[in-house]
Amino acid sequence: MFRRLVSRVPTFTSNRRAGIFVHRDTKESNVDIPFEWTEENLVRIQAIKNQYPYGHENNAAIMPVLDLAQRQYGGWLPLSVMDAVAATLDVPPIRVYEVATFYTMYKRVPVGKYHIQLCGTTPCMIGGCGAKKIKEAILEEVGIGHHNDELTEDKLFSYEEVECLGACVNAPMVQINDDYYEDLTPEDMKQILRDLRKDGFSRKGPRNGRVSSEPLGGATSLTEPPTGPGFGVRDDL
Amino acid sequence: MLNRIAKTAARTSARASGVINNAPMKDQDRIFTNLYGFHDWSIKGAEARGDWYKTKEIILKGAEWIQQEVKDSGLRGRGGAGFPTGLKWSFMNVPVTDGRPKYLVVNADEGEPGTCKDRDIMRHDPHKLIEGCLVAGYAMGARAAYIYVRGEFYNETSNLMYAVREAYAKGYLGENACGTGYDFDVYVQRGAGAYVCGEETALIESLEGKQGKPRLKPPFPAAVGAFGCPTTVNNVETIAVAPTICRRGADWFASFGRERNTGTKLFNISGNVNTPCTVEETMSIPMRELIEKHAGGVRGGWDNLLAVIPGGSSTPLLPKHICDDIMMDFDALAAAPSGLGTAALIVMNKDDDPVECIWRLMEFYKHESCGQCTPCREGVSWMNDILKRWTFGQSRGPEEIEQLWEISKQVEGNTICALADGAAWPAQGLIRWFKPYLEERFAEDVRRQEAAGISLEV
Repeated sequence: MFRRLVSRVPTFTSNRRAGIFVHRDTKESNVDIPFEWTEENLVRIQAIKNQYPYGHENNAAIMPVLDLAQRQYGGWLPLSVMDAVAATLDVPPIRVYEVATFYTMYKRVPVGKYHIQLCGTTPCMIGGCGAKKIKEAILEEVGIGHHNDELTEDKLFSYEEVECLGACVNAPMVQINDDYYEDLTPEDMKQILRDLRKDGFSRKGPRNGRVSSEPLGGATSLTEPPTGPGFGVRDDL
Repeated sequence: MLNRIAKTAARTSARASGVINNAPMKDQDRIFTNLYGFHDWSIKGAEARGDWYKTKEIILKGAEWIQQEVKDSGLRGRGGAGFPTGLKWSFMNVPVTDGRPKYLVVNADEGEPGTCKDRDIMRHDPHKLIEGCLVAGYAMGARAAYIYVRGEFYNETSNLMYAVREAYAKGYLGENACGTGYDFDVYVQRGAGAYVCGEETALIESLEGKQGKPRLKPPFPAAVGAFGCPTTVNNVETIAVAPTICRRGADWFASFGRERNTGTKLFNISGNVNTPCTVEETMSIPMRELIEKHAGGVRGGWDNLLAVIPGGSSTPLLPKHICDDIMMDFDALAAAPSGLGTAALIVMNKDDDPVECIWRLMEFYKHESCGQCTPCREGVSWMNDILKRWTFGQSRGPEEIEQLWEISKQVEGNTICALADGAAWPAQGLIRWFKPYLEERFAEDVRRQEAAGISLEV
């Protein structure tokens, strides 16, 4: 009489896979992928290790060095690169795997040249035109956005929906590689993707004319020139 | 000396009489003068705006003097908990006999939805933060400061690291910092995308290169912290205002706001407002004035307001009738009941679905939970599933409201860190203020399901 409803809930957040937490050998990610540190990066690694107290250098450096390896390899980490980091820092590989699976910025599946990270948390969801429209714009322009870590055919773009990126007053916004593109409309988003495809570059920051986080239309505070050194300083210093 | 006694007496009597100074601020009283990046953020610009002025004299006054100034100013932690900062620093006064150094760790892992104030400090006014590290570090006897910035803030970290190099080059940091004879180092460490690392013990774990899973307290970080050494973890804004407090006087800072809620605060107003922005205003400013003066008002007018989340997503929402006349400070909002948190307002108007907004926050918490504690891992996941069904019209009836309330009460307070509390409170806020609406909506859902011949029974 009553049929069971399979919970096929349409989700804005798409099929949220954070990635599996075990390793499965693929053609691109296995122990045989070659990886050698560049000379520059070896200098950087030593500089990173120098920040930490004696005895803690190797362990504390795991996070920055793993990020360095990810940047050198091209945006993601195959298994052999994680092993290389463990060997360089003389820590058991499991420590590196723990860190790589816990933090969301370490990617363990291939990403495109431009990795689009769309913020979908509530302030971006309701601010401006809303993050859902930006997602539709990405889908229309480059065809990805159905699920996380989706790659385009030409491996130029990949998509991920991420949690709050910390630019909530500039909602809605995306992060592509290291840069924030803020105050977007769907047309802005498509233009950014077209620019990246054509020139490899698009202007970052707010797209609606703002400088940063002042109210649109002009700052309502800090309208006077800033005071100089010594203003209001107490006399007994 | 007599002048000081007179000033203290005046301040005490003013506070005792419950004086509230929440008049709109003048620009000359604002601390973050380059908040929007209109001016030069490098050391030259910073010094022209008054940073690094008489830092040596402040340090030579002594650690006790600095701690007393910060205590007198009434500064409370700006990272969300609002713990009195002077008191927190005084926990580091215990002498260490086994040779361990002390550390200051600055929490720049700004992940709370709604909050984006530290971002502007780090990219436009980094020297305030760096000078603050030196002053605060000296006050607690620290040997070095680690600024832990969230990994997504790549460009902000760039600016910050550049500013640190500038400070070293000018002799403000390193050996004999500012010529005071005190050695102090500042290091910048990047995170890698975990909101839970904003919790102080998780941040310390992450600094040590492990997974960011919070530790039990006690032992508190002031006893055993980063690398096993006594540590204090403070928010960026708290540290960045410390030198200005020492320079301009604790009385000046305490003259804003009201008793136990003194000083200025960076507010982030986002969501359904006409001109979302970050602004530095006095504590205890009325919420309506804040939204209408700086954020251009609610989209559709003040009467179109549905609810406001006043302090970042971890604080319960407040409906319109409370927002009409509430003040933005720690005590007033805690009594509401809600909390000031990070002073990040998320404004929802009648065009938004409150259930969807709270569901998306719950999805955020489920994603960011580290997974250590069963109540958080399972409970938040369960609450997320319930809210997701509610959002898409698949609730099982009004009795689920009581169930969600009960789950949130079982999650709250039974975990190692406060992420679970931060997840439970928005759900409680939704139920507390929208219960009639929810009951009607779910009764309608059930009617619709029965009409379509669907059963959602497990």
